Amino acid sequence: MIHSILTSLILFSVLIVGFAYTTVLERRFLAFLQARVGPNRTGPYGLLQPVADGVKLIFKEDITPARAEKIVFWAAPVIKTVPALIVLAVVPFGPKIAVPWFDGKWYRLSQGLIDVNVGVLWLLGITSIGIYGVVLAGWSSNNKYAMLGGLRSSAQMVSYELSMGLAMVVPVMLAGSMSVGDIIDAQNDAPILGWFVFQNPMAAAIMAIALLAEVNRAPFDMPEAEQELTAGYHSEYSGMKFAMFYLAEYIGMIAVSTVGAAMYFGGYHFAYVDQAPLLGPVVFGLKVVALLVVMIWVRGTLPRIRYDRLMAFGWKVMLPFALVAVAWSAVAVVLDEEVGGPAKLIMAVIAWGLFLAGASFWLGRVGRKSEPASAARVEVVSLSGGSGRMLGVPSALARAVSGRGGSAESEQPRSGGKRPG
Amino acid sequence: MNLVRGFVTTFKHVLEGPVTIQYPEQERPLRERFKGRHALKRYDNGLEKCIGCALCAAACPADAIWVEAAENTDEERYSPGERYAKTYEINMLRCIFCGYCEDACPTEAIVLEHEYRLSFSDRRDAIYVKAMLLDPLPPGVEGTPRRTEPGQFTRSIPVMENPK
Repeated sequence: MIHSILTSLILFSVLIVGFAYTTVLERRFLAFLQARVGPNRTGPYGLLQPVADGVKLIFKEDITPARAEKIVFWAAPVIKTVPALIVLAVVPFGPKIAVPWFDGKWYRLSQGLIDVNVGVLWLLGITSIGIYGVVLAGWSSNNKYAMLGGLRSSAQMVSYELSMGLAMVVPVMLAGSMSVGDIIDAQNDAPILGWFVFQNPMAAAIMAIALLAEVNRAPFDMPEAEQELTAGYHSEYSGMKFAMFYLAEYIGMIAVSTVGAAMYFGGYHFAYVDQAPLLGPVVFGLKVVALLVVMIWVRGTLPRIRYDRLMAFGWKVMLPFALVAVAWSAVAVVLDEEVGGPAKLIMAVIAWGLFLAGASFWLGRVGRKSEPASAARVEVVSLSGGSGRMLGVPSALARAVSGRGGSAESEQPRSGGKRPG
Repeated sequence: MNLVRGFVTTFKHVLEGPVTIQYPEQERPLRERFKGRHALKRYDNGLEKCIGCALCAAACPADAIWVEAAENTDEERYSPGERYAKTYEINMLRCIFCGYCEDACPTEAIVLEHEYRLSFSDRRDAIYVKAMLLDPLPPGVEGTPRRTEPGQFTRSIPVMENPK
């Protein structure tokens, strides 16, 4: 019992401190990706920036919009934040350690809050509860754009949960257990090559993309983009309530990085962790930081995906590929049981070959330049009056006023539908 | 693949370092014609160049300059012409630092120099008076107002050369 109290306190404080420094990491790393410096005035290297942010948010006026549903408005940040904080309860951060206690005996304790038999189910269920917070925040704000943002965000999260769930089924099949600790331990067969990412890269990629979409993170952050919906579902929140949404978002980032590292990247296993179990959390922490850096890198590189394309991608691309990945892993597990021997290795090699071939083919098709003919047509139209174009004005008057475009316009063939009248 | 090339591009910025100039430890070098704070210039003999004609006030698009002229007497001479600027005030909150006053001045009296660190905490402190704008005296030269010989400065406007 002391163990659970202590571990939950440690986990909570690590999450809060981790959230604070994730904000600094993001702002500084994103800045370096954009050839600028992040916050570096508040404390050395900007390390006291979270303190400044916290003080500012505490002193901000806590506004509740008129005619907003007060109870729901107050409760929505709580409903979003609490699941984000408790989702990591079932993830062990290191192998079991032997701890001496005051009654003279040694106890074997896990370095996690508790390792439930159905840990994966807990992960999926608790993330689903957080979605309620989003849609209730949007609805209770009495603001149609916040409502739209909330609906969009929750619809996106629900759609990508399908693919995420299927991508979580793959490690469950490969490990043979739904307990997160067992999944991590099953990746211990070989030092690095035992990680599940090497056995089913398709599922790992789907997991990565689905986790980004779960936390509304770029490039899937349309629901909270400033240009689109002026901060979406949390646009009416200020002060401490906004701080809770901010907290929930970043802790969600940390949580999904942890889940991704646990499921596919070997969790706390690395070279010497078996001999020194206390290194487990350190190794896990380094992996989580690496995944966070990748998330920030993605945010700094890719443009935002438009909402309808985002939903189409989730349902029409991710879901079929997730089903294929699950089928592949199912076949791999059965072959491994029946045939044994090098079946697992061969399946992994074939999986990687197909994945790399498919990825290079598909990525090579994306972003092909348009043909020269259309470029020339654009050239012609811009010559004939790009500066003097007036819409809604009779063409003769426009031609007279725009002056130098006169002769050019009468000679060049006009592409259809470019000018009214 | 374009996706990988995108990631490499953004990562290259990390390796190449930021382009930020850390003010106030580092400052951006200013161009020669940078338009900063105004200054009322003097001649080498110490007399003020400003003859109080208020062409700068007329040219100012923001109506930031206030000029009151008064006549020079030989007992109390400020400038080599007939008049001098008794009151010369620029409202720095209205000024847009366009430099039209500098272009309009016939004697090259008002120029925009390179000082850009102008801050005040009260709106009334934004009115820069003549004493704040006037150029400091070169060393060893008598200041203004001064006594001069009658008959020495008889032109209503001083001799003006072409601007260099």
